[in-house]
Amino acid sequence: MISSDNIIEISNLHFSREERAIYQDINLKVPRGKVTAIMGPSGIGKTTLLRLIGGQLKPSSGAIEFDGDDITQCNRKQLYKVRRKMGMLFQSGALFTEMSVFDNIAFPIREHTDLSESIIRKIVLMKLEAVGLRGAAKLFPSELSGGMARRAALARSIALDPELIMYDEPFAGQDPISMGVIVRLIRELNDALGLTSIVVSHDVEEVLSIADYVYIVANKTVIAHGTPEQLRHESSEQVIQFMQGKPDGPVPFHFPSDDYKKDIFNNA
Amino acid sequence: MLDKRLQSLGRHGVDFITGAGRAGALLIGALKPAGRGLKLLPLLIKQLYIVGVQSLIIIVVSGLFIGMVLSLQGYTILVGYGAEQSLGQMVALSLLRELGPVVSALLFAGRAGSALTAEIGLMKSNEQLSSLEMMAIDPLHQVIAPRFWAGIISLPLLSAIFSTVGILGGHLVGVDWLGVDTGAFWSVMQASVEWQEDIVNGGIKSLVFAVVVTWIALHKGYDAVPTSEGISKATTSTVVQSSLAILGLDFVLTALMFG
Repeated sequence: MISSDNIIEISNLHFSREERAIYQDINLKVPRGKVTAIMGPSGIGKTTLLRLIGGQLKPSSGAIEFDGDDITQCNRKQLYKVRRKMGMLFQSGALFTEMSVFDNIAFPIREHTDLSESIIRKIVLMKLEAVGLRGAAKLFPSELSGGMARRAALARSIALDPELIMYDEPFAGQDPISMGVIVRLIRELNDALGLTSIVVSHDVEEVLSIADYVYIVANKTVIAHGTPEQLRHESSEQVIQFMQGKPDGPVPFHFPSDDYKKDIFNNA
Repeated sequence: MLDKRLQSLGRHGVDFITGAGRAGALLIGALKPAGRGLKLLPLLIKQLYIVGVQSLIIIVVSGLFIGMVLSLQGYTILVGYGAEQSLGQMVALSLLRELGPVVSALLFAGRAGSALTAEIGLMKSNEQLSSLEMMAIDPLHQVIAPRFWAGIISLPLLSAIFSTVGILGGHLVGVDWLGVDTGAFWSVMQASVEWQEDIVNGGIKSLVFAVVVTWIALHKGYDAVPTSEGISKATTSTVVQSSLAILGLDFVLTALMFG
């Protein structure tokens, strides 16, 4: 049974894509009301973990409990009900290109509620104000910069006041100003709206500056977890290599290959 | 060597069956009533415009030229037997039974089918479909269903327009240019074209092609590998598979209706 202190508890999670194992025996808890970060090198399936939590992928085995429901056991209808309590900010923003910023944010409200247009307008403007884009309500996604598009998408994902919001690489490809804005927004929205946030990223400094608790995922499992302060003093070589961005270490610089000299001088 | 061939054959077989299964699940999921009724109406109207109205120009222009060519070719043959009075009958039956449903479906696959596949493939690649799912909105109802119904409604109407414009094109060449008697052109046509045999059967063909082309286009887009290469392959595959399906089914339907 899930503890009331945690909104998500993942236990003994295994996930494979065709025959390739992505996760083996992942155990992870997301405390309610906190910002939890999941970090790890590129390509280890951090986004996959968010999709597993959102029920878009089914694990091979294990349980993912979200607010009392085991996501892995939910049927399609239950899953859609559970997802109303979640928001997700995709890496690309995933705004609907044929709609204005205003309509993008109004979209989930119009779909899930019967509120009048005047109330929807007020809610949308409040959400846009929270991300600093009230003035851009009439623009289309193609007219926004990358950072603005991500903030607009953030406003859309909090449109229905979810309990949990998941950020998929929110800092990727952002200039320093946009990055600073997004870092601040994640923390402020979490505290002001009483949300729980999961941030998936490999931008170490930005993540450590806002996270309350951090999991580092590598080699198909969780290799370390703790508060940012605890992780800064972690002695594991793998964690030190990742946190300090060292090019060589337990994760080798060279992709596995034959002997260099043999390869160079063997013309055949 | 034989083992590898057998393995490859088996893999293709399994891929085909799983693909067919996914396509079936897509259709069932899209057609299942979701209790959203009126919310889908604006989406359907928008898709009718994109899929149907925007295909009108290519259908009208092609119909006109095909009718004109049919009339010209028919005249040169019929005049040898002194039977040029039957030109109207020949043009109308060719268009209503065969060329109207088949050519408009082929054009529809190239114009609207490929666009549907590319659009849905791109929505998948920039995570719009995933974001709908995460907003607790089923993309099968929001994206697939309105496009499917728009295809089913549009193609039979486009096919009817194609045949009508084709007959007018035939009249233009046969009567106005080559001098066939206008009364003979229309009266022989009127006497020979049957409601059930020709018009209804042509309509049924068109409806079947609409289901097949739209289904293939939507499935290929929804199942596309979300990369530029994957979407390009899916779009090509929509046009090729739809065209082959149209021509194959046309033979089967013709054999059942007229054989």
